[in-house]
Amino acid sequence: MTVNLILFLVLAAACIATALGMLVSRSAIYSALFLVLNFGTVAIFYIILNAPFIAMSQITVYAGAIMVLFIFVIMLLGTDVLPQPQALPWQRPAAIVLAALLIVEAGYLVFFGSATGPTIPQAVESFGSPQDIGGALFNQYLLPFEVTSVLLLIAMVGAIILTQKDKGGR
Amino acid sequence: MVPINFYIGLSAILFTIGALGVLVRRNPLVIFMSVELMLNASNLALVAFTRVHNVLDGQIFVFFVMTVAAAEVAVGLALIVTIFRTKHSINIDEMNSLKG
Repeated sequence: MTVNLILFLVLAAACIATALGMLVSRSAIYSALFLVLNFGTVAIFYIILNAPFIAMSQITVYAGAIMVLFIFVIMLLGTDVLPQPQALPWQRPAAIVLAALLIVEAGYLVFFGSATGPTIPQAVESFGSPQDIGGALFNQYLLPFEVTSVLLLIAMVGAIILTQKDKGGR
Repeated sequence: MVPINFYIGLSAILFTIGALGVLVRRNPLVIFMSVELMLNASNLALVAFTRVHNVLDGQIFVFFVMTVAAAEVAVGLALIVTIFRTKHSINIDEMNSLKG
């Protein structure tokens, strides 16, 4: 057991526990807070995997902006605790069976398939530095980057149009 | 270093929990959060593969996934707010008509 492995196992346990907490907690606001913790642990995984820029984007975009939006909407609607009437009684067992099938299949592919190599190679010192990411983003991927900005603009306009009240009968 | 399979396995577990959340929960906000969890799991797999193959493109792709997720959340939450205004409930079982 190396230090790396212990670190990975502890973080993975925290990650899975927070994800399960999000799944089972009755209150939507607890789900959101569990999800913030989960995003934090995944950000630490990104740092371990030589992706500091992605880790910081994860913290600011996911754990910051997106989750604040979620919590804002939960508080706006005031429906954080909902009764859960099941329309289909067989839905929950069926979902659990399907999820078990998915995890068994994925586990088989991950640990017995030939898609992945066994170990992580030693990286170059500056691999995944923000300079590299910026260079790739603004040279090789400039067009997708610009398209992304247009997409964000469309999303912003769409959100405003969807949530505005009807004025004078549309 | 930890073998890459561990990261991919963790990603698979997180993805499964997200899929289970979409199938089981009835609150659309929690369903949205489960979708975010699935996107996050795939991002983790992408970053792990980036590290293994020593090419940067995976991280760029993760960046784009994050932006698209942000746009999706903004529009999706606006939709939920609009549905709540017309139906005064956000139970997913009551969203069974296209007209508000």
